Amino acid sequence: MKRMFLLFGAMAALFLAAPRPAAAQIAVDVTQGNIQPLPIAIPDFGPIGNDGGVAARIAAVVRADLERSGLFRPLDPKSFVDRVTDINTVPNFANWRVINSQALVAGALTVQPDGRLRVDFRLWDVTASSQMLGRQYSTTPENWRRIAHMVSDAIYERITGEKGYFDTRVVFISESGPALNRVKRLAVMDQDGANPIFLTRGDYMVLTPRFNPTAQMIAYMSYIGGKPRVYLFDLESGKQERLGDFPNMTFSPRFSPDGNRVALTLENGGNSDIYIMDLRNRAMTRLTNDPAIDTAPSFSPDGTQITFESDRGGSQQVYVMNLDGSNQRRISFGNGRNGTPVWSPRGDLIAFTRQAGGRFNIGVMRTDGSQERMISTGAHDEGPTWAPNGRVLMYTREGGGAAAAQIWSIDVFGRNERRVQTPGSASDPAWSPMIQ
Amino acid sequence: MKNFVRLAQIASVSALLFAGACTSRPEVVATAPPPPPPPPAMAPAPAPLPPAPPPPRGPIPGSAEDFRVNVGDTVGFGYDAYSVQDADRATLQKQSSWLAQYPNVRVSVEGHADERGTREYNLALGARRANAVKEYLVSLGVSTARVDTVSYGKERPMCSESNEACWAQNRRGVTVVAGGTNS
Repeated sequence: MKRMFLLFGAMAALFLAAPRPAAAQIAVDVTQGNIQPLPIAIPDFGPIGNDGGVAARIAAVVRADLERSGLFRPLDPKSFVDRVTDINTVPNFANWRVINSQALVAGALTVQPDGRLRVDFRLWDVTASSQMLGRQYSTTPENWRRIAHMVSDAIYERITGEKGYFDTRVVFISESGPALNRVKRLAVMDQDGANPIFLTRGDYMVLTPRFNPTAQMIAYMSYIGGKPRVYLFDLESGKQERLGDFPNMTFSPRFSPDGNRVALTLENGGNSDIYIMDLRNRAMTRLTNDPAIDTAPSFSPDGTQITFESDRGGSQQVYVMNLDGSNQRRISFGNGRNGTPVWSPRGDLIAFTRQAGGRFNIGVMRTDGSQERMISTGAHDEGPTWAPNGRVLMYTREGGGAAAAQIWSIDVFGRNERRVQTPGSASDPAWSPMIQ
Repeated sequence: MKNFVRLAQIASVSALLFAGACTSRPEVVATAPPPPPPPPAMAPAPAPLPPAPPPPRGPIPGSAEDFRVNVGDTVGFGYDAYSVQDADRATLQKQSSWLAQYPNVRVSVEGHADERGTREYNLALGARRANAVKEYLVSLGVSTARVDTVSYGKERPMCSESNEACWAQNRRGVTVVAGGTNS
């Protein structure tokens, strides 16, 4: 494939003459209840050749990624008493210890003769005076932010032992206009809010977009032509396609982990039930069949089970069933009403929205409903989505009434709750899988 | 790694999207805006004309406006409920009578919810409400084929404050004459 030639050498590990990691090294245990963010020095990457300022921008993106995670505290470059002149020499660690840094990222950007960018970086343990990581990435100049996110992912993974989530995207609904006639557009952006792209113009309402496992396809609900139905949007071709031809509303789509199927809800005579459509032959399989509202399906990462919400017991609650619809059982027994369940990509937890005491909040529980804990603190937080590493969530925060919706993020323990940068008001985030 | 290039393609595809949107989306039924009204003919010398008959007052009988103003298009619902309330039976009776009087008119019943529900749940709840109105009209003799339903969940509120008076306005079923304007 031509594509592969273009990509040659995009990601190659460097193991240059550096000491092997020492025994005792810095680490951040993300499973701890209380985390002191790790102080880390990330000087601007050294530009080699005329880089147009990209080297400094890459370092700034890495600093911002790590800071946003809540697990790192990138130090202000103004506090540095030393600088990195050559990433292939061992730094003077004392000069980084004196500013209380525990880790140092030394990077260099090279503009290659063909115009492509190459980034070399090393992660140093300042305390143990040892190299933790050395990598090299190269790509075309317009992809410089992706290189930065890949550097962030590598640092995060090396220090926390967890997969990173910075080289990912978010599909969401961009909102504008008055409260009584909100304009809603389908949009995608990088997880840090950069590179927003609007995919629809707002002349019809769209809701609840979700990525497929390759992040190339989006399933969403559209009111185009006045008929609310589930559509697919192919990001490579820009083509939109209605999924099936049903006389009534279809909504709440979500892809299976293998991307071959979409679970969705079909309304008929006022009653909503969950179906699976096989995208290869468009065959529909009915999973629920009762007069209650059954909707919001989400697959387990192994593809064998589906969590969903139903009011069959008198109020909206979270249920789990097998892929063939068998063994439907309620798992949420906490306060209030519970819905919008989403299975963690790690398989261990289900995130959900609780409605109780006039508030909406995001919670997580084990897949049998045990060990439930509420994590978000807004008055109206709704519709969680998982980062691909299962450690961070995003959700919609409504201000209530006329206030515009925002996207917020939080870690799975309820720490580091913060607003996600979006172009204007935004809702219904869905995190992409890890981009391969 | 493939996505390095894919990403670039995405950006370029998206940039083209707006330009190519109409042709690349065959599913879309693009309705052209109505042509502008012709400019008024300029009469060169305004000869005195016989006085025109006075225009009829109020909406044209049988129109969407007639239905909205003289019949009443909206019924309400209780919190998380979807049964037609006693207070609204008279409105639906009038709707069915009007529909009997104008047998060629089709209607769409919109079901709406207040903000106190999650997005998907409210879409389902709106569908229940729209269908409850439809079933009531059908029980009064309106042909089921003349009544469509559509749910807007909590996405099209009438009122944007977070209080019971406002929520009550938003929990509604609205019967819209086909071709008429949305409420």
